[in-house]
Parts: sequence; structure tokens; C-alpha cells
Amino acid sequence: IRVDSRTIYVGHRSSSTNEAFIPPKFCDNRIVSSKYTVWNFLPKNLFEQFRRIANFYFLIIFLVQVIVDTPTSPVTSGLPLFFVITVTAIKQGYEDWLRHKADNEVNKYPVTVLEDGRRIRKESEKIKVGDVVEVEEDKTFPCDLILLQSSRGDDTCFVTTASLDGESNHKTHYTVPDTEKDLESLNATIECEQPQPDLYKFVGRMHIYKTNQEPAVRSLGPENLLLKGATLKNTQKICGVAVYTGMETKMALNYQGKSQKRSAVEKSINAFLLVYLCILVSKALVCTTLKYVWQGKPGQDEPWYNEKTQREKDTNLYLKMFTDFLSFMVLFNFIIPVSMYVTVEMQKFLGSFFITWDKDFFDPEIKEGALVNTSDLNEELGQVEYVFTDKTGTLTQNNMEFIECCIDGFQYKYQDESSELDGLCVPDGPVSKLQQKAGREREELFLRALCLCHTVQVKESSEQGQAHEQRGFIASSPDEVALVKGTVVERSSMYELLHVLNFDPVRRRMSVIVRSKSGETLLFCKGADSSIFPRVKQEEVERIRMHVERNATEGYRTLCVAYKYLSEEEYAQADAGLREARLALQDREQKLMSVYNQVETGMSLIGATAVEDRLQEEAAETMEALQGAGMNVWVLTGDKMETAKSTCYACRLFQRSTELLELTVRTLEDGGRRREERLHELLLDYHKKAVQDAPPVKAGVTRRWSSANQDYGFIIDGATLSMVLNSSSESNASRYKNLFLQICQNCTAVLCCRMAPLQKAQIVKMVKNSKGCPITLSIGDGANDVSMILEAHVGIGIKGKEGRQAVRNSDYAIPKLKHLKKLLLAHGHLYYVRIAHLVQYFFYKNLCFILPQFLYQFFCGYSQQPLYDAAYLTMYNICFTSMPILAYSLLEQHICIEVLLDNATLYRDIAKNAMLRWGLFLYWTLLGVFHGLLFFFGVRFLFSNPALQDNGQVFGNWSYGTIVFTVLVFTVTLKLALDTRHWTWINHFVIWGSLAFYVFFSFFWGGIIWPFLKQQRLYFVFANMLSSVSAWLVIILLILVSLLPEILLVVFRKPRGPNARQIAPVTPLSYKHLKEDD
Amino acid sequence: MATSYNAKDEDGHITVSGPGGGTLRSRKPENTAFKQQRLPAWQPILTAGTVLPAFFIIGLIFIPIGIGLYVTSNNIREFEVDYTGVDVSSPCFNCSQNYSWNSSRPCTCTIPFYLEQPYEGNVYMYYGLSNFYQNHRRYVKSRDDSQLHGDMDSLLTPSKECEPYAFHDKKPIAPCGAIANSMFNDTLELFYNDPNGTKVLVPLANTGIAWFTDKYVKFKNPGGDGANLTAVFQGTSKPVNWLKPVYELDKNSSNNGFINEDFIVWMRTAALPTFRKLYRTIKDAKVIPTLPSGNYTLEVVYNYPVRSFEGRKRMILSTISWMGGKNPFLGIAYVTVGSVCFFLGVVLLVIHHKCGNRNNSADISN
Repeated sequence: IRVDSRTIYVGHRSSSTNEAFIPPKFCDNRIVSSKYTVWNFLPKNLFEQFRRIANFYFLIIFLVQVIVDTPTSPVTSGLPLFFVITVTAIKQGYEDWLRHKADNEVNKYPVTVLEDGRRIRKESEKIKVGDVVEVEEDKTFPCDLILLQSSRGDDTCFVTTASLDGESNHKTHYTVPDTEKDLESLNATIECEQPQPDLYKFVGRMHIYKTNQEPAVRSLGPENLLLKGATLKNTQKICGVAVYTGMETKMALNYQGKSQKRSAVEKSINAFLLVYLCILVSKALVCTTLKYVWQGKPGQDEPWYNEKTQREKDTNLYLKMFTDFLSFMVLFNFIIPVSMYVTVEMQKFLGSFFITWDKDFFDPEIKEGALVNTSDLNEELGQVEYVFTDKTGTLTQNNMEFIECCIDGFQYKYQDESSELDGLCVPDGPVSKLQQKAGREREELFLRALCLCHTVQVKESSEQGQAHEQRGFIASSPDEVALVKGTVVERSSMYELLHVLNFDPVRRRMSVIVRSKSGETLLFCKGADSSIFPRVKQEEVERIRMHVERNATEGYRTLCVAYKYLSEEEYAQADAGLREARLALQDREQKLMSVYNQVETGMSLIGATAVEDRLQEEAAETMEALQGAGMNVWVLTGDKMETAKSTCYACRLFQRSTELLELTVRTLEDGGRRREERLHELLLDYHKKAVQDAPPVKAGVTRRWSSANQDYGFIIDGATLSMVLNSSSESNASRYKNLFLQICQNCTAVLCCRMAPLQKAQIVKMVKNSKGCPITLSIGDGANDVSMILEAHVGIGIKGKEGRQAVRNSDYAIPKLKHLKKLLLAHGHLYYVRIAHLVQYFFYKNLCFILPQFLYQFFCGYSQQPLYDAAYLTMYNICFTSMPILAYSLLEQHICIEVLLDNATLYRDIAKNAMLRWGLFLYWTLLGVFHGLLFFFGVRFLFSNPALQDNGQVFGNWSYGTIVFTVLVFTVTLKLALDTRHWTWINHFVIWGSLAFYVFFSFFWGGIIWPFLKQQRLYFVFANMLSSVSAWLVIILLILVSLLPEILLVVFRKPRGPNARQIAPVTPLSYKHLKEDD
Repeated sequence: MATSYNAKDEDGHITVSGPGGGTLRSRKPENTAFKQQRLPAWQPILTAGTVLPAFFIIGLIFIPIGIGLYVTSNNIREFEVDYTGVDVSSPCFNCSQNYSWNSSRPCTCTIPFYLEQPYEGNVYMYYGLSNFYQNHRRYVKSRDDSQLHGDMDSLLTPSKECEPYAFHDKKPIAPCGAIANSMFNDTLELFYNDPNGTKVLVPLANTGIAWFTDKYVKFKNPGGDGANLTAVFQGTSKPVNWLKPVYELDKNSSNNGFINEDFIVWMRTAALPTFRKLYRTIKDAKVIPTLPSGNYTLEVVYNYPVRSFEGRKRMILSTISWMGGKNPFLGIAYVTVGSVCFFLGVVLLVIHHKCGNRNNSADISN
């Protein structure tokens, strides 16, 4: 039975003597992140590997080979499969070993536990729920603890949760109020909710039993909970009681892997695979049918020279047909190679290193480069059609600077930029009176509000003397640091802090309730204008609104400050309400919210501040490049429209000529009619403008860049969006959504402001699932972007200032927005071209590998006789042809990086999975068929007289196969050589090396009578082949004829577009030299 | 020097701290050509200008080679006679009708033929079979190469692959398998009918017809070179269809047993159902030409049945050139490809000439 809460006995002391103390069972404090143990590794790992459809297919083929009498030995398919499985198992085993090591490090970590007044050293894994644990400074908490005692005088302690959510700022946590200082005699129980993964939520209650007293009840919230994995800072030591241990800690509960994202290329591969599977099955069916037709003729099935064994004769005809079918499947199964999966995986894995290695992604400020969290999506970077970007911290630097403030409608500007710290000491300081000054009393009130209403902590410096200069500020939001830096850090000791009404993105404001020395109780509130204005006296609003709006259009972030005096009764009421709400075990959030809303009314507005958020470096250039590359850029921000709009103008997402289509609360209210009607009207109007009247464009490829067209920008805000998405009637909803999408798709840029995090994800999801399934990319830096980063096809995190949550949840993380340009235009483009070519080439080379074998069946009585020797069958994909394509798929630069960066339009050439379309697939397939036919029949005509040597001796079937195979290996390798545009020494080495290896291997394989082998089929076959002039001539001829159409096509293919000249170097054969630019 | 050592040290550091990653990530990525994807590279672009000479060169090389091949092939003398005896009028009709494997009375037939041209140099005699699936899978694998390599164990316990030709009367068959069992056993003899009426036997050599490596390495008699083959093969059975055991294939000890060249030639399975195999050579002939034009008689000891599977038997006389036997395919193919290349070269030249100027002007305007 699942209980809603758990009860913990602090120090394992029962609450009352008469109650039988039964220690409840909780899990121990062992962290198990590893997947396997020594014993279950083999079965579990194998099971997991064979769950992959490809591996399973190869396993089936292998089993068929083992069971049924098949033409090729099980080794031919068993060896590659074994290789793949082993390598994967070793890799996963190694990773798991690392996890085991990490687990052990955590589990064996020594901790101090207080037991019966003694301090006992224990291993971390032995901690039980209810233990009182002591933690020292700079140590991490071994489990989730309720803070009971701190060495700091003010009953607080500071922690950083860098390893949990990446936020490196110090957070204040509080001890449970009124607990006894002597932990030994503390007799208390804790009632708290069952473990849940939300790091920022915790509700609980502590019952403190004192002799001869009613048990006292204290509420517990997240501020009392110290999470496992967080580190104690600025505090000598603390004591806490363990509430969640081991796998039930919030850290462990958050330890879920992200859901797998699959790239569009992978979907193409699967589609192609299906085609090849059909080819395979139909080949096998054709052969089986023809075999039985052929055998129907007298004397063919079992001529006197070739009798069947008794067992074969006894076998049931239909069973025989079935096994024949399976045999043909096995014979042709190389058409779907294991090695393709391996090569694709290797390409992705190794390829992602080039992103981490790229020094252009290195940011000297944070001393970090790019980070690749998944290598599965490299090529997806080259396919992006929609970019969703956050504004704050992504387009802008999130590096706040105090610009100005206005008090009571009078503007104060910040002048002295050099001394940031002593900014606004006193109003007479560097703040110039631009206009008439407001009353001194009001100024003081304003500054006091700013000083008090924050969560900024002054970082303690060890040397007190330098404290003034070295003061660093640590706060939960960078805004506040800027504000506090701008204002004086007044000693707030003259005020008693009574309550903090925390900031949250829904309310968009925070408040504090303080009591001054003189006994007055005040509430200071600070927040976004939209959330403050309705809650203050309306006559005050107009004076400030002007300033706020002007600041917003200049691209500043504005905050409004308000206050109110609380009478004794009001305070008492609020206090009671807050305490009650905080003690609530259920729906605490809602209850708090309603109390907050109740308290924060009828305030008076004092003033507003403006903080500048600078644009990221090269933000405009990056946006321009993305748009030039044919991507639709959408800005999704929680910020207000004016600020966001100005940022958009600054980023050149909106141009002067851009006509803005606004769909916001304001435009909806213009007409004075019902919103719904107005929405409908506007949507239709905009749709007519942007979609119907726009000249028809071809498949969205060359939409922009033609300056003749009118550009449209679309602006929508959160409230309107939710109206669009959740319209009252079902039919309208889908219709509005359609209209909305169509308008957006025809606009140059879309700005969505006032978005809640979830709405961001909603928009991404809507676009993702719209017609054509466009590839989406989300980029953001903060926790509020995580949902859209996870939702989009590709999620990019910026290693910004708002913690590391975005980075942790992203697929790729880059230090700055400007790096996105190279990531998409250069890396993405190249990876897409590389992997697309890799996939097509792999299918091609296996088609022309297997087709001759298929054709040979027509000449060998459909007997499943393989054309090639088993060694060749096995080695073809593993050794002879795998390395060149791997090198190609890692190193190819069909257009050099500089050109790709300079010409964003090149990105459009590969848009919409251009290189894996069915047309191209058909081309490659036909090429494979052509080559296969050519190889087989070329040699077939040569063998119409098998006397090919000058001594009259004849060649047999293995010579036939070897000649075909030699032509095949050379042709497919040279075909790749023809496609290679970028020949580094590695390409040379690998391409010529593979060919040399093939020759060497063939000599070696045929040069020895192999012990333990019953058949020496290839003994000296290769050497004898080379001694025949005719064989040489036919090999050269066939290779040349196969490649001739390819060469012709290259020549006749016209250089496309205006950039053709830049793509092609001036001289046809040129060496690109190493440029060392530091 | 110092700097280069430093670099090496750092490299070592990376590999050590690789799995941790912590130190790696905070480091500035190395500015090496490989890691920055800036390796010096050759970037060939195929244009009409590059390919044009290549086409001409290919054309100019291939056409003469093709002509050479064609002429060579045409100069090769080849004569083929079908002696299956399907026709009632055919001399071998009788033999082909009353066939039995184990008949002690060999059936012989003689086929007269006329060579219009003299055959000079070495002349090779082939036998050809049609519709004979030597490349059938069941057939191809039905052999034991270690037995043929002289392995004593395999001699007495042949491989499973030889089934159903592995054991006969509980005795192991040597050589085992379907291939050996169906060895071609017609005897062909060639007589020259001298204009003055005498029949002269043309001397046929039965050595030098198998691959050298097969004869001397791959195939070995059990018990080594000097062993008494009769004793060695004691306890084994001859293949069911054979008239004589394997150690009586030839009187010459260096061509007897497994290293009998007729046997080795047969054991190299043909690629296609219609094939020819080298039977005899006519070398070191005293007379010039080796085979003068005139009337010849082919005397066949007709043992090998092919009628049951609609097969055909042929005898082929052929001279050989450096490119092997007569086959016009290569010559024709080379001439065709060469001409196509040459033609394409011309077409490309025209295109290049006409469009080249226009392209250049377009480039300049860009």
C-alpha cells in the first residue's frame, strides 16, 4: 500500500514511550547507477543488444546458417556479428565499470553520524533514514537531509547545487525553527511526502516533543531540505537528519536518461532498408521459384553425377522449398550489411569529436568549448528548418547593467560607469537630476525597497579589510545582482525581515514584509510591470508607465517597485495565512499563491528600474546567416513585447521594411469587441495578407532573399497564443491553429513574447508536427528553455549564466550564440553530406556486391552456389571497402568550411533531406544494378572460353568469382575516390591502402594450404588470375566502363547557382594549404 | 625543441585523463590541422577540361589494344567437333545408346574430320561438356581437399561433404566426392590421315595440363612421393563410377594417384554449365606445322554418358596466343569502349569549345 507520507524518527528515538517503536523500512543509502553486475552482464547485455532490430535480424540469419544447410558457412555472418556484439559489449562494460567505480566512490565515502551522543565514522552507504548526519564545509551531502543545526549564528547555511542543476550560486537554507540546540535530547518525528523528483518541491512537518509540553509542529519546505549532491559552502558544519536515502534521494530520482532522439537520416535509412529487404526477399523468392521450375525438367534435379544424400531425398518437398528460400536469403543477406550500422555509429561517434575539438567554439571567458551530449544528431544540424531561440541569455548576454531608474516619474540616470560598485550610494552621488528631483523621502523608500526586496547574498571574504572592495554578489537571478550592484548595500539590520514572498514566473513578482525599527510593518514588492500595475493605485500608474514603455522600446529590462504599509491587523492576518499555508502538506503551492495574491494588493508604486541586457556578440550576423540559410527564426521569450521587439530589431530579425503583424492582447482589445471575434478577424486578415496575397513560392525553398517580396514579421503573446491553441470550440481550435501556422510559415521572423516555459514547448511541438514535419532546433540557456530544448529535434544549450540545466538537457552545448552559425552552416552541412553519402554508398556497394551472386544462380542451377569465396564474402564489408568510406564520412569537405560560412544559401541545397530523396536513392540503386550486371556479364563473356592463360590451362568457378570480386573492390573504391572532393593524406592512405590490402590479402589467402580447412578453394587462384593477360585486360576494361558514366555525369553536371565559382577552386587541381591562424 | 617536448607531454596528459574528461573540457582545443579539419588537401574537380584529354588517351590506347586483341583472337585456329552421338547418322550414336558404366567392353567410335588450315606451334586438345553443372553447389562442395593433399586420416575418414560418395561397402572412397566420382573418362586419340593413305597417330602429351601449384602442392599422394600407391590405398574403395582405382590412372608414377593431371584438371570445377577442359597438348612436334591441314580421325573410347541430362560432348583443337584461347569478346569490347571514349572526347571538345567562352564571360561578369 502506498502511503502519501513517511514518518521519520529523528535519531531513531521513538516519540512516546507507550507506543511500540517499530523502525519503518526504507531503502539504504546505496546509489546504484550501474546497469550490470558481474553475473548478469552477459545475459542482460546480450538481451539488450539483440533487442535492436538490426542485431536481431543478423542473429536470425546466423541461426539459419547454423541450422539449415546453407551455401555460406555460419562464420561469414557470425564473425561480423560477433565482432559488433563484442565491441559494443566491451564499450558498455567499460562504461558500466566506470559507473561502478563512481558508485563505489560515493557509497564508500566516509561520513560522520551522531549516535547516542557519539560521533561515528561510517561509510556513506550505511546511512539509514533517521540518522543524524554531520557535514563539514565544502563536503557534499550524502543523502537528503533536513537541516537541524548550523554552525552559523543565524541558523542558515549556504549550499551550491552545481552538480544537481548546475547553478553555481549560493543558496540559503534554514534550520527548522525552534529545535533544541542539543541534538541528543531532541525528540522529534518528521512527517514528509514520499520521494519525488522535483528538486524544488518539498513539503513536510516536524513534530517536536518536549517533556511536559504539547508537541510543537514546524513546517518544512525546500529551504530546510539539503539535497544529496549539493555542497555545503560558507558554513563550518551542519547537522541534519536523513529523510531520503540512496535511490530515493531527489538526485537519484532525477537520474533518468533523456529520451532518445532519432534523426531524419535514420528514418531514411530505415526506409531504404525496407526497400532492400524487399529486394532481398524477392530475389530469394525468384530464385526459389525458378529452382523448382528448373528442377521440374527431367535429368536436371539429380543427374547421375550429382546425387543427393539419403537425408536430402527424404526431406519433405515443402520443407525443402522453405529451407531453399532461407538458403537464398542467407546467400543474399550481405545486401543488408551489419557493417553499415557499425560504420554509421562510428562515423557519428568519431565525427562528434570534431565539434568538441573545434577551437572556434572555444570561449576564452568561460574557458570551455562546445559540448556534445549526443552524437546521434550530427547530421540533423544540417537539416534545420525552424530555429526557436530564447531571448534572454541567448540573443542577449544576460549580463545586466543598471541603466536608469525613475522614481515617481522622475528619471535618474546612471553616469559614472567606471565605479560600478558604489553606484547609487546616495541620490546626490553619480545620479544626476535630469529633471526635477523627487522627494527625498520617496527616493529613500525606493532605494530601501530595492535593497530589501531581493535574495542577494554578500559573499563573505576571508579578509575583512578588503571586504568592501571584494564584495561579490550571489543571487538567484542576475537581474538582482545588477540592481543591488547599482544601489547601495545598506545594512538592512535596521529592518526585521518577517516574510519573503518568493519570486515565481507565474506571478512575475516577489515581495518582502519587513518591520522597521520604529515598528512599522512594510511590504515591498518588485516585479514586471504587467504584474505590478494592476495591483497598485491606478492614478500612480500613468506617470511610471511612460518611462517603463520608453525603456522597454530601448531594449531594457524593466522592473517596477511598489510598497504598502501594513496595519497590525493586516499583518496578523497575512502572517497567519502564510504560516498556515506553509504548514499545509497538500496543495501548499496554491494556498501560498492565494495568500500572496491577497497580500499584494493596493500597493503604491514608487518607481521603476531599467537594466540593459546587451546583445550577444554577433547576434545579428548569426540571425542573418540563419535566415539566409532558409531557416525560420522564432524568438520565444517570457519577456514583454516591447523589449523583445527591440531585441528583434537589434538582431535584424525584423528589418525596417518588415511589416509587423501583431496578435497580442492589445490588438485584440482595440476593436472593443469580444476577443474571440477579434482574434478570428485578425487571423483571417493576416492570413490574407501573408499567405494568400503573397506570390506563390516553390516549396518554400527560395522564399526569401528575393527582395521584391514584402517581408512580414509576426508577433504573438502568450495569452493570445493560448486563445489560439485552446479555443472554446474544437473546430475553431484546429482552424485557428492552421491559420496561425500558415501565417507564421510565411513570415520572415516570428516573435512570441510573454511565453511560459511550457508554452514554448507547445509551440515547438506544434511546428514539429505540422505539415511536412520540419526539423526544429531550440536554443536556450536557462531552466525555462529546457522544455523546448527537449521537445525540439535538436536542442542546443548555451553555457550561459543561468545555471547549467539547459546545457545538461541539450544535445549540443555551445558557449555563445554566434557559434550556432558554424555549428549549423559548417558542421551540420558537412555531417549531413557525409552521412547521406555514406548511407547511399553503403547500399550501392552491397547491391553491386550481391547482384552478381544473384545472377550466378541462373548459371549454376539455382543451387545457392556462392560466387565468391567465404573469406571474400566476410571481408568485403569489414576490411576491403569499409575504411575508405569511413574516412570519407569523417573528413570530406565537398565545399570548404570558409565558403560554407560565407554563403549561408548553400545550406538550402541540402534542405529537406535533399541527398536522401527517393530520386537519388533510385540513382544509386540503378548505378549498383548497372555495375553488378556489368561485372557479372563482362566476366561471363570472357569465360565463354575459359582457357585464359597462355599455356592453354583453364580457369574454374573460383577464378570467375575472384575476377568479379577484384573488379568489384576496385570499382567501388574508385567510385568513392571519384566522389571524394577533399583528399587529405588520410584519404589517400586509406583508399590506396585498402586496395593494396585486398591484393596482399588475396595473395596471402591463396598462398597457403590452410590447415584445419577442408577446402582449399582459392589456392593460388588469385596469383593465377594475375598471370593471365586476359584477366588483367577485362578487369581494367570493366572498372573503366563502370566509372565512365559517373565521370561523364560529373562533367555534364552544370555548376549550379551563383556560388559555383566560389565552390570550385580556380584551378581544377589545387592543394589547399594549411593555414595556421592563431 | 622545448616547445615540441611540451606538446608531447600534453598529449600524454590527455590520454591519461581521457575518461574523466574534466581536464579535457576546460582546456582550449588544440590547434592542430587534423582537429580543426584543416588538413592540407588535394581538391580535384573534374571538368570538361580535365576529362577531355583522358577520353582521348583512353580512346587512343584502347582502340589499338582492341584491334590487337581481335586480330590475335582471329589468328587463333580452333576446331570443334561434337561427338555426343545424338544424331542417328553420327558415328557415336550406337555408343551413346547402349551405355553402361561397368561394361567391360569399351565402345569405340571414330569421327573423321578435315582441318582446312594447318595448326602451328603448340596445339591444345580440349574436351567440352555442355549442360553439365559442375558449378552446382552440392557438386562443388563434394570433395575433400585434405584427402587430396595426402592426409592419411582424411584418406580413411573422408569429409562429410563427400556424401553420398564417401563410403562404398563400408570402405572409404578415395578420392571421395561427386566431383571425383564423375571424372571424365572418355579416351580420345587423334590420327592424321596422311595423303598417302597411312594413319599416323598424333602424339598427345598428358602432362602440363594442370595448374603447376595444383599438381605440386595442392594435390599430393598419401604416403609421400616414393610410396607404393597400391599399398597406400589399401583399405579404400575406388569411386563407384570408376573402372580403375585411382592408383592405376597412369603407369607413370609421377602422374598417378591424386597427382594424375587429368584428375586434377577435372577437380577444378568449371564456372559455367558449358565448359571445356584441357585434355592433351601436342607439343614439341617433330613436324612443322604441328597439325598440317588435311583429314584426321578422332578415335573415341566412349564411356561418359551425357544423354541422360541432355548434355553434349565436344573435342576441341586450338592453338593459343598470349591472351589465351580464341575469344573475340575482349577485342570487340576494347574497340567499342575505345571508340565510345574517342567519340565522347570529340563531343566534349565541341561542347567545351562552344560553351567555354560563354562560361568565361559569365564568370567575369560575376
